[in-house]
Amino acid sequence: MKSDVISMEKISTLTIDYRQYLSTTEVAAIEHEVSIMETREAAGIEALKIIQEHRGWVSDDSLYAIADLLNMPEAELEGVATFYNLIYRQAVGQFVIHLCDSVACHLTGYEDIYQTIKSHLGIDYGQTTLDGKFTFLTNVCLGGCDKAPSMMIGKQHYQYLTPENVVEILSDLAKEERKHD
Amino acid sequence: MTEAMIRPLTYLVNLQSPLSLNQYISEGGYQGASKALHEFSPKQVLDLVSDSGLKGRGGAGFPTGMKWSCVPMFEDNDDKAPEFKYLVANADEMEPGTFKDRYLLEGVPHQLVESMIIGAYTMAANRGYIFLRGEYHLAAKRLQQAIEEAYQNNWLGKNIQGSNFSFDLYVHTSAGRYICGEETALINALEGRRAIPRAKPPFPQMSGLFGKPTVVNNVETLSNLPHILKHGAEWFKALSPDSDSGTKIYAACGRVKTPGLWELPMGTSIREILYQHAGGMADGLKLRGLLPGGASTDFLLPEHLDTPMDFDSISKAGSRLGTGGLIVLDDKSCPVAMVLNLIKFFAQESCGWCTPCRDGTPWAVEVLTRIENGSGRKEDLDTLHNLCDFMWLGKTHCALAPGAVEPLKSALRYFIDDFEQHIDHGCCSYKQSANKQTKLKGHCHG
Repeated sequence: MKSDVISMEKISTLTIDYRQYLSTTEVAAIEHEVSIMETREAAGIEALKIIQEHRGWVSDDSLYAIADLLNMPEAELEGVATFYNLIYRQAVGQFVIHLCDSVACHLTGYEDIYQTIKSHLGIDYGQTTLDGKFTFLTNVCLGGCDKAPSMMIGKQHYQYLTPENVVEILSDLAKEERKHD
Repeated sequence: MTEAMIRPLTYLVNLQSPLSLNQYISEGGYQGASKALHEFSPKQVLDLVSDSGLKGRGGAGFPTGMKWSCVPMFEDNDDKAPEFKYLVANADEMEPGTFKDRYLLEGVPHQLVESMIIGAYTMAANRGYIFLRGEYHLAAKRLQQAIEEAYQNNWLGKNIQGSNFSFDLYVHTSAGRYICGEETALINALEGRRAIPRAKPPFPQMSGLFGKPTVVNNVETLSNLPHILKHGAEWFKALSPDSDSGTKIYAACGRVKTPGLWELPMGTSIREILYQHAGGMADGLKLRGLLPGGASTDFLLPEHLDTPMDFDSISKAGSRLGTGGLIVLDDKSCPVAMVLNLIKFFAQESCGWCTPCRDGTPWAVEVLTRIENGSGRKEDLDTLHNLCDFMWLGKTHCALAPGAVEPLKSALRYFIDDFEQHIDHGCCSYKQSANKQTKLKGHCHG
């Protein structure tokens, strides 16, 4: 039987030396953010975003490495990472769909767009397609209310969505090759 | 009068390709900052802004001059002066139904940079941050470009334009949380923490970011500064003689003919915004009600159409000006479903710090979901009323839960028939009529 008790030795192995884990580019970008703040941990959110930009999401190992670099407790950084909507603490697909589910979109056809994406990709919120192409998430008001319904995929905002054009958008993206770092 | 004098905040907006620093200067940009740095003492700028009557455009409507006057100021070269002070632009625009700051950030980024130079000079802040919501990627790129140009041309950095004033400005992009818009939560987020509002006092002007004097101003508020410097306080007041000073960027969304935003004199009536600028309701729809300034404001009715959209008038009508963005409810959309959508938002975005908000908002979602799905009970209405009371001002850590109460409480007052029908008939009649239109079998037999 496996014991539920984790020994102190086991815990210590969870620490990750950032020098062996983060690339020099990542470290440089994070150190730049540190340089414009009064404390190292103030760069935590930007650091999580930098790692996510390079690696797609924030794994446990990444989290430990950032905590090591910023000289802060891992648990505190985890508290930060899980508080914010745009930090992915689970692996995501090549494209993350953030469909706006706030009030302006609700009044102008959100439900149809949601149903269309769901049936077109065969996934619901929080899920990733089997081919690893798409992850489907909600987003609070994207500030595209005058051009609703609206969604964001990567850094791109899409507006005036209809059940027809949303399928087109997803089909076009599905053809794109995965970028290699 | 020229466009510059009538629509000062937006006349230079170009969403396709915002003005470069040189273009912005040739259109009269950076004149306000130049005037402040070379012709005014910080105290004189503060007095000018106080005289202008500028009030915060982020929702609360607090007089900007008064906010600034709480920052500890010392005589020039006084070695007792705090080593660091911060000015933060609140560009965390996440209020549902609000997209005015995005327009300014993407359309005329140099205006915000110039505004922050003026604001920072006034309170002798040496460092500034633009706290930008993470989803505004295009705005981040354009602000970054504007800041780089400003550094290259000595509008940022050491001894700006030959003055004694030095100021560094950075963009911080958030990772997405509505509560970051609350100024003390924003400060926590900037410090790399969970965005939980702080207890006040101490107020940020005394002890804010990293414990230093800090002022947090909304983007639209700040954007008025260059123009007040250029044209004076009297001009600013004359923009809207019968109301609060200046212009306001109003917006309309929902099922109206031409959703959008418009910079108009403060105190423009709801009717003019909705019917003249937004073109009225979309074909076949009637106006049922509206939220005058984002998701956290009380519903108003067609009878309020002639109310001027300013802080006092909207407050007298029973709501809040908020961000000035109308969210319009039509007669074919279910008010219960709309309120459910709003409260779901607040429940998701509650930071979880205080119990009334953390537990109250999901509880309201549960009850509203039941009612909307046709399994509501008569006593659910009492529960909702009680929740409105439990989450009201003074009972929560910050204004998020009271903001959630505003649309809920007013909906219970104005659209109570709809709530009761859902409960009595065990269904949502709006869904039924939508189903009928698409020739599906309706489930509501009421």
